[in-house]
Parts: sequence; structure tokens; C-alpha cells
Amino acid sequence: MNTTTAAVLVPLLPFVAAAVILLTGRRAPGFVRPLAVLPTLTSAGLAIYVAVRQGGDEPITAATRLAATGNDRLDIQLALNLDGFAVLVAVLVAVVAGCVQLYSTGYLSGDPRYPSYAALVSLFTAAMLLVVYADDLIVLLVGWEVMGVCSYFLVGHYWETSAARAASLKAFLVTKLGDVPFLIGILALANEADTFRISVIVGKLTSPLAEGPAFELSHPTLIALLLLAGVAGKSGQAPLHAWLPDAMAGPTPVSALIHAATMVAAGVYFVARLLPVFASSTAALLVLALVAAVTMLGSALAALAQDDIKRVLAYSTIGQLAYMTGALAVADRDAAVFHLLTHGAFKALLFLAAGVLIHTAGTGSLTAMSRMRGLKRRAPDAYWTMTIGLLALAAIPPFAGFFSKEAVIAGAEHAALDAEHGVPAAAGWIVLVAGLLTALLTAAYAARLWLLAFHDPVDSRTEPVPVSEGASPVMAGVLWLLALPTVALGAAYPVLPDWFDGGDLAPTLLTALLATGAALVGGLAAYAAWRSAYEGDAEATGVDPAPALLRGLHPHAAAGFHADAAYAAAVVRPTEAAARLVRFLDGAVVDTYVRAAAAAPGLLGTAARRAQTGNVQTYLSAIVAGTLVLAVVAVLVVAGE
Amino acid sequence: MHLLYPAVLAALLFSTGLYGVLARRNAILVLMSVELMLAAVSLNLVAFDVWLRDAMHSGQVLTLFLIALAAAEIGIGLAIVLLVYRTRGTSAIDQLRELGESAHPAPDEPAAERTTETTPT
Amino acid sequence: MTGQEVVFVIVGVVVLGAAVRCVTTRELVHAALWLVVALGGLAVQYLLLTAEFVAWVQVLIYLGSVVVLLLFGLMLTRAPIGPSPDADSGNRPVALAVSLASAAALVALVVDAFRTSWIELDRPHGESGPVGESLFQNWVLPFEALSVLLLAALVGAIVVSRTRGNEQRTEQRTEQRDGQRNGGVG
Repeated sequence: MNTTTAAVLVPLLPFVAAAVILLTGRRAPGFVRPLAVLPTLTSAGLAIYVAVRQGGDEPITAATRLAATGNDRLDIQLALNLDGFAVLVAVLVAVVAGCVQLYSTGYLSGDPRYPSYAALVSLFTAAMLLVVYADDLIVLLVGWEVMGVCSYFLVGHYWETSAARAASLKAFLVTKLGDVPFLIGILALANEADTFRISVIVGKLTSPLAEGPAFELSHPTLIALLLLAGVAGKSGQAPLHAWLPDAMAGPTPVSALIHAATMVAAGVYFVARLLPVFASSTAALLVLALVAAVTMLGSALAALAQDDIKRVLAYSTIGQLAYMTGALAVADRDAAVFHLLTHGAFKALLFLAAGVLIHTAGTGSLTAMSRMRGLKRRAPDAYWTMTIGLLALAAIPPFAGFFSKEAVIAGAEHAALDAEHGVPAAAGWIVLVAGLLTALLTAAYAARLWLLAFHDPVDSRTEPVPVSEGASPVMAGVLWLLALPTVALGAAYPVLPDWFDGGDLAPTLLTALLATGAALVGGLAAYAAWRSAYEGDAEATGVDPAPALLRGLHPHAAAGFHADAAYAAAVVRPTEAAARLVRFLDGAVVDTYVRAAAAAPGLLGTAARRAQTGNVQTYLSAIVAGTLVLAVVAVLVVAGE
Repeated sequence: MHLLYPAVLAALLFSTGLYGVLARRNAILVLMSVELMLAAVSLNLVAFDVWLRDAMHSGQVLTLFLIALAAAEIGIGLAIVLLVYRTRGTSAIDQLRELGESAHPAPDEPAAERTTETTPT
Repeated sequence: MTGQEVVFVIVGVVVLGAAVRCVTTRELVHAALWLVVALGGLAVQYLLLTAEFVAWVQVLIYLGSVVVLLLFGLMLTRAPIGPSPDADSGNRPVALAVSLASAAALVALVVDAFRTSWIELDRPHGESGPVGESLFQNWVLPFEALSVLLLAALVGAIVVSRTRGNEQRTEQRTEQRDGQRNGGVG
């Protein structure tokens, strides 16, 4: 099979599956599962095939003209660009999507809306794969928006609860808030570069010698910041991160697929693809670094204070995405995509394991779990895979997270100490310091999560685990399947540069020591705090180490640093006030005209009705008088002539 | 004879009949006033016919027709007045106001709502 | 002013006075009698205008049947004998204004239009012979149509005034007879 054909089939299969499920799902529910799982797995296989065939060689591009825009130079083309980044991210997306589809067959087995759910997940997968493979900015935008809509529907899957409804609406609105400048940025970029093709734009920017006179964007900072707004919305970076923790109201597999492994990674992936555009503006890189640092630290602190296990993971997702953003801020897209891959694997694993845990414990609250006895024994698969995932998250060697996070921090150190071309040293320093601090905090909240959920050295927990069915074999199998890359993907660091730009992804000794040391310190601090709480008056204060660690910061961190309150003050309340104003204007001003338009004929009608007395003589008098007047006028007119 | 004499007399007679039609309360008196108006028209027809020396005697023949028509009109009119008198107990014109608009008309919104409800089905 | 004109004016004043009394009197039966005076005066005017056939028809039909019919109508509706204070409706001022305006407009128009026209009355123009010839030569089709119309009026009058009670049947018959008589005239 031709590589291009295979690549076309990769997004097409889930798309067709989604259409078929939507059309037939209600009448033939028996076919939904195979229709959901098989095309996704097939496209995962095809994605791997494409990746192997591409093998890090020259990018394969194929394009066909899709639609004219009225500007001959700016055709919209259905274009594929299969470079190393694209094929590997596609493998990640397809594999995680396949795992999630498999897992969902067990997790949502009794759900009456499973067909529409499966169709939306398939459609989402197709859109994400389209984004990954697309070479045309408009086609990419189509996939990007389809993902947004699917995310809206999937977050609102349990629409019976008001929380899910609010969360889906919030996710939609906040991401759209970023998408508007994103669209403007795309149009501005295409206008300056005279094409929608990413490969052409990147080619023009990176190899000016081949193109003759050097090509430069005239407004690189503006374009980069506009695009950055969309990226921040999609990837949950500050200040547009607020939707991501709330989006955990959706089913857990959705959280794993969309809000951990793929959709939120789309923003990072997009920046990686267009890195030359961002790199051409120092200001944009600095902003990127600042956003990354703020997001990293804030989300790590917030994660440390959360009670709901999925919210902890959501905040950690924001933080890990900030690592990738940080890597991009120092123009090291190899490290960013490397971290994207490993993070996709271990975060999907963590979410799916958390799903099993919530299923078993019947609650997502860590406080409630910390009172349950023998959770470890009731959900052994979840326990072990979660342990692996948390170790990877905390970047403990030799798990995958260690290598990729290492690459990021090494890249930041490189930018900070060596005079890299075009990358400001300040950005390097910001990312380096924030990254190390966050490594500490990440280890702390990973340890807290693990300790609170499972660890019970002296059997002091009292409450029994509620009786519920455990994880199905398929779900457990998926967990172990994902545990594999979580453990081993890091070892791929010598091979991956073949697919990427060829940079060095190997850990360096200094940063490795620093980061691992920070992680160990964080983990140990969490353990110590937990231990003292555990041995102290556990009944009264609980065993949560977070208050002791965060002290005064704890309430603020638990509230997500009041991002929602800030949004309420800055956006929601003015909008509501404007809506009230509009309502008032509508009711008191516009409606007045409408009512007057109704009342005036009514008054006229009343006046005319008064003449309608029923007395024939009155009518006749009026008729005769009128006739007389008309006759006199006619005679006078004739006489006047 | 000056043409003005019959013409002015006809005009005045017509106006008198008009006054009667508009001012009288009893329906039969109204019918009498109508007869006066018709008579005024007849006078005009005869006068102008004589003045014009019409070979076909149009005015006079039309006057004859008019007289016959007036008789028919009186017959029908009286029949109607009698019917009204029998059913209503009065022949006063200004009390027969059934077709007048009442002061507070019944709102017809419910009917409109019903039609909009039934339209989709 | 010729003698004819003098007689015409005198009779005209009588006709007009009788008409005004007819529409203003408070006694209903008197109104019918004043109508007789007015219509009879008009018949005299027709004679003065040499239209003798029309004049006699006027006397026969109007005075002979129409007024009688009106009197019957008054009796059948139990019109009061003697003055009835409510003979005029509340529309009277309006009616006065409208009719005065109409009179003014019509008289002004007529005077303005025909102030130099004279009727030549030397040769009679309305004897029975020529009028009858004209009626049955030139106007025979409208004449027949008119008889159909009278028949329709007759049937209509019967239908409208028919009732079920016995006492009303006599009234009905009276009307029928009158209607037939009217039809016979046509």
C-alpha cells in the first residue's frame, strides 16, 4: 500500500465509522462496538505503518485543490504533510484512541447513549488525525473546530447533571474565546506568506537562501500572539486554562482521550509545526515562556490542593502541557513533541486507571478514598498501573516521563547558558527555573495522590470499599497495554531524533541530577507531611499532606487561584450586565415601538368603531354629506378649469 | 316657461325628502320621504323632457317606470317594515342597531391561538 | 312672467309647503295626508308642463294606491292617532344641515346651469297618444322587464311578510292584492 493512501485512510476510517454509527447506532446497537473499535484500531495500525514507512526521511507531501478563495495564490488545498512529528503524533493519537475505545466498551457498557458516544469519539479521533496530518491551515482549522465541538458534546455526555452542562458550555466558550484570534492569526499569516500550506510557510522561513531574497513576516509578533491565543485555549494554558479542570465532568475515557492525550496536545503540536513563525519573534517566545512558567507553577500548586482525583490529573495535564510550551519557548520542538508523546501515554494511563479506581470506590474524592480500606487489593491493576503512571509523571528514572522532561529542561538550560540563535536567554532561564520548581511540586502531588489513595502501612483505615463490579478484563488489558510505553518509551530517546529535527534528546548529567533531586525532595516532603498527618490526629484533620505543605496558599490553590472568580468578574458579570442592559433596552425601548405600532391601529380602530353605531340614518347622513362635498368639489374644479 | 321653476322646485322637493329620510324615526315616514324624493326626480324628468322636446318621450316614459318602481318599492318596503315590527315590536329606525359595533368587542385572540395550535398537526 | 309661470309658482309653493309639513308633522296620519297634497300638486305641475298622461298616472298610482298602502302600513304598525312626540329621531340637526346644504348646492347648480333656458309650451308634448306609441314602440323591452321586476317584487313582498298565524294571513292577502294592483298598472 502506498504510504500516502495509508495516511489518507488513517483519518478517514474513524470518520466513516462515526458516520455509520450515527446513522445506524439506534437501530443496530449490536454493531456499535465493532464499528467503534475496529476502524480505530485499524487506523492505529495504519498510522504505525505510515510511521515506519516514513521513517524520519524527507517529509512526504501530497495535495489536491479543495476550494478557491477568490485569491488565486491562496487556494485551500487538502494537503498532507507526513514528517516525523506528524507520523509519530498520529501514532500516539490513534493508539490512545484505540485504547480508549476498547476501554469504553467496558466502562460505558450499560450506558444508553453509548452509540452516540462512540460515534463522537470516532469523529473526534478523525478530526485530531486530520489536524496532525494536515498541511493546509484551513483544513487544520476544520479539524481543530470539529474537535472543539466533539469535546463540547463529550464533556456534556452526562447532560442530566448541571455540572456537566455548565462544564461543556464553559469548555466550548473558553476554547472559542481563543479560536477567534486564532482564525484571525491564520488569515494574517496566510496573507503575509501567500499560502495556507504549513510546509511552504516553514520552508520560506527556515531556508531563505533557497528562496532567493530573505523572507520575513512583517508582523511576526502580532501573528504569533494571535495564534498563541488559540493555542492557549486549546492546550489549557493560562489564562485560558479554566475550562480543563471543569471538563472532568465528562466520562473518564473522554478525559483520558481528549483532555490528556490528544486534543489539548493539538495546541502544542500546532506550535511545534509552526515553530519558525514563533521563533521569528523574540517577544512571542518570551510571552510563551512566561505563559508556560505561570501555568506550570500555578497548575502544580493547584493540583496539590485538589480533592477530586480527576481534577488533580487535569491540573497536572495543564502543567505538563506547560512543560511542552516551555520547550517550544526555547525553540526546542524535539523535546516538546517527545514530552507530548510520553505524556500522552502516561496521562492516558493515569486517567484510565483513575477511571477504574472511581468505578471501584464509587467516588472520585481523595478524602473519601483515604478512608477506604483495601482499595489496593480491590483494584490491583489500577494500583500498579497508576503507580507506574505517577512515577512517570514525577519524572523518576527510568520511566518515560523522566527522559522527556529531561529533554525539556536540558533544552531550557541550553537556551539559558549558551547563546542560542534567536532564543532569548531570559526565556531559557524562566523555563529552567519554573521547570525545576514544578518538577518538585509535580513529585509532591503525585506522591500525595498515591499516598492518599492507596498507602496504608498500618491498616488504620476503617471504611470498607463499596461493593461494585471491578474492572473488566478489557479495561485491565488496556491499562497494561498503556503501561508498556509509559515504562519503555523513554528508552526511545536515541532513535527519536531520526524522526525529528535531529537534536539531542539524551539526558545531561547536571539537569538530570537537578530535576531528579527536585522530584525526590518533593516526593519526600509530601511523604513526610503525610506521615505526620497520618500519625497525628487523622480522625480530626484527615491525612491530607497538602495543607501542611502549602500552608496559607492552600485555600487559594484549592480554588484554582480564583481563575473562575476572575473570569466571573472580568467577563461573566460584564456580559450579564450587558445582557441585562440589552434586555432592558429591548423591553423598555424597542418593545415600546412595537407596542405603539399595535396600539395606534387599536386606537384608530376604537375611533372608527365609535362611528359604527348601527344607526342607519347616521350612516346615510355621512354618505350624503360626503357625496355633496365631493360633488361641490368636482363642480368647483370643473368650473375652475 | 322658464326652466328654472320646475328645476328649483325639484331641487327643493328633493332636499325636503332628504331631510325626511334622515330625520324621521318611523320607518313608514321614511318611506314617505323617499316617495317625495322620487317625485322630485320625476318632476325633473318631465320638465327636461318637455324642454328638450324629445321625440322618444324618454323623460315621460322613465317617469312612468319610476312611478311603477316606486309602487314596487313601497310594497317591498312595507312588507319589510311589517316583518320588523312583528319580530321587534317597533318600527323606529334608530332602535334597530343590531349591526352596530358594541362598546367592548369580544377579544378574538383565543380563536387565533387555537388555529396556531392546530396548524402544526 | 306668463300666466302659466304664475300658476306654477303658486302650486309649487303649495307642493313645497305640503312636503315640508309631511316631513315635519308630529301626527303620522297627517303626514300621509300632506303627502297626498304634495303629490297631487305635482300632478297639477305635470299638467302645466303639458305632460297629461304622466299627470293622470301620477294621480292614479300615487294618490290611489301608494298613499293608501302607506296608510295601511301605519295602521298595521299600530301608529298612534294624534301627535306623537318622538316622530323625529335624534339625527334631526344633522339631517337639517345636510338637507339645507344639499338644497343650496342643488339650487345653486341648477340656477347657474339653466338661467337662460325656456320651455316652449305652445305645443303639448305629453298627450296619451304619442306617449303610448313611444312606450310600446321604443320602450317595449324595458316595459316588459319592468313587469318582470314587479312580479319579483310581488313574490318578494309575499315571502317577506308571510307568517304562520291566522290573523296575519288577512294582512298578507291585503298586501297581495295591492301588489297585484300595482303590477296591473305596469
